[in-house]
Amino acid sequence: MRELLTPFLTGTASGAILLLAALGLTLTFGQMGVINMANGEFLMAGAYVAYLTQQVITSTGLSIIVAIPAAFLVAGLLGLLLEVTIIQFMYKRPLDTLLATVGVALVLQQLARDLFGAQGDPVKPPTWLRGNISVFGYHWPHRQLFTIVLALAALGALSSVLKYSSFGRRIRATVQNRELAETLGISTRSVDRMTFFLGSGLAGVGGVAIALISGTNPTLGTVYIIPAFLVVVAGGVGQIKGTVIAAFAVGIITAYLTDWTSGSMSQVIVFALVVIFLQVRPQGLFTVRTRSLA
Amino acid sequence: MTAPDAPKTASRFTPARLFSSYGALVAIGLVALVLLVWAPGSLSAFRLGNLGKYCAWAIAAVGIGLAWGRGGMLVMGQGVFFGIGGYAMAMHMKLEAAGPGGVPDFMTLYGNGTMPGWWEPFRSGPFTLAVIVLGPAIVSFILGYGILKRRVKGAYFAILTQALAVAFATLLISTIKQTGGFNGLNTFSTFFGQNLYDPQVKENIYLITAGLLVFFLVVVWQLYRSRYGELLVATRDAEERVRFLGYDPANIKLVAFVAAAVMASVGGAMFVPIAGIISPSNVDAAASIMLLAGVALGGRSSLLGPALGALAVGYGQSALSEKYPTQWTYFQGALFILVMLFLPAGIASIWPKLKALVPTKRSASPGGVGIEAEVEADAGAVAPV
Repeated sequence: MRELLTPFLTGTASGAILLLAALGLTLTFGQMGVINMANGEFLMAGAYVAYLTQQVITSTGLSIIVAIPAAFLVAGLLGLLLEVTIIQFMYKRPLDTLLATVGVALVLQQLARDLFGAQGDPVKPPTWLRGNISVFGYHWPHRQLFTIVLALAALGALSSVLKYSSFGRRIRATVQNRELAETLGISTRSVDRMTFFLGSGLAGVGGVAIALISGTNPTLGTVYIIPAFLVVVAGGVGQIKGTVIAAFAVGIITAYLTDWTSGSMSQVIVFALVVIFLQVRPQGLFTVRTRSLA
Repeated sequence: MTAPDAPKTASRFTPARLFSSYGALVAIGLVALVLLVWAPGSLSAFRLGNLGKYCAWAIAAVGIGLAWGRGGMLVMGQGVFFGIGGYAMAMHMKLEAAGPGGVPDFMTLYGNGTMPGWWEPFRSGPFTLAVIVLGPAIVSFILGYGILKRRVKGAYFAILTQALAVAFATLLISTIKQTGGFNGLNTFSTFFGQNLYDPQVKENIYLITAGLLVFFLVVVWQLYRSRYGELLVATRDAEERVRFLGYDPANIKLVAFVAAAVMASVGGAMFVPIAGIISPSNVDAAASIMLLAGVALGGRSSLLGPALGALAVGYGQSALSEKYPTQWTYFQGALFILVMLFLPAGIASIWPKLKALVPTKRSASPGGVGIEAEVEADAGAVAPV
């Protein structure tokens, strides 16, 4: 029982981080067709914000509470900056944004290395996150539980913004039919910018969760970006529902495979599984039904 | 772009027409002259070795130009195929160094000194050469068939290829007893029986590599001129239209993908005797992206752009990373951003763009539209206004 439960619990936690990383990707990818490879570096930025707030606010409990909105803001602003300076000129050729944002990712990584050193820095979790709860004899760290709560809270906030606020309605209108939304007086340009802010900010929140579990690191983003994209691809682009299911599925399956084989083998198998899955559903788990050919 | 009533015969047998057909071949000839005649005569052994390394990357870049520039498939995992060729060659050379019946040194170092069975056939030179060509062809065919037939394209395709590179590198790192792990395979002594430390052998290896680069340039030139080349570009620009004309775009793209994989593998195989090492850092996602940098800079859809771009980026990397190791990463990042923003069709598109600014008598006459129109259409296809 315990052998079967442990990977499930740790996998759910890593799925929660993947979810936070993938939500921003699926929003920008679904709405604008932009592939933001720098999203991993926004995770990293969030992690460094958690580290920096801890340097300023010594109380570990308070610093984490402050770090979450701060990371959202910092990563969101970085995303906004990226949109304004680079992405907005490339909407006509989305595939090129992929390589341009790879360039941004390289610059941000090196920047982090120059500012904070190549070695990672630890982020101390507050006392109320240091313990663990016993689940059928397995000591499940509070931090992992916290990650899941954080991801679900972010998901809840995002879905209610999308569903109930007028800003959310504008986003959905733009996703469904950009031209028609424009004729209704929606400024799709400013909607695009806000979506970028929102998606990047979510990655920043994810970065705080990562910092609590494994500390900061300049190359932290590169670890998560590819699994996060696999989640987006498997879940169906622009589909929050699909992204949620795919994130937890990838997280949990990876955890079980790591348990049974090894960390590296599990990566290879998950990759193969995603390719096989795309044979069955080339558009991902959920798709928007359109009458277009592609 | 051609006036519909322009008589076809008017463009035949004029110097412009001849140049548009064979000018590219002249350009390849110039590259061959520089690489095969000038360089060995005037560069020091060290510089020549470096140039050989860039040539190995350039071979892979020519393939990327075919798949990405002409086929529209952003291949972000060419390091995998580069690695298949490189590791196959390295295994053979490692076994040569170990002598008949011997076991590569690192296996006794990290393991119990027994060699896995799948290493055994790499003792044979012809088998190794066959693996270098057929191995990547088979892998890319299976993968490409699975992905392309299901009409997975664009960003999805790019992400999947990059995920492949990540998985490949992690697999290599974790199998230290079989592949040397993080350190990779190094310390070779001979290349198909030739002493690697002999300067003449070194020069010969360089000549083979540069010769292969020129060979693949000619192959690709011929491909681009062929009906297949036209189809590939048509698939890139209007896949649905090609499908409605009765072709299967997946097959057309698959050919380019497999050809690109084989070229990357040959490049990887030649990289090993020159660099003296192959390790996961030569084949992972970052290395694959490095290969793309040169192609993007040179001009992905032009004939010579990818190769010359790869040579330039290779040179830039060793020149800059020696003096300013950290700045190189900034430079590489800036390269991607600036090229993608301002020059999506690469340096190759500067000349036709400048030419378009100056209206000449030639470009106005129907006889002269050949090459300019072609290049312009190409540049326009990547950067629609």
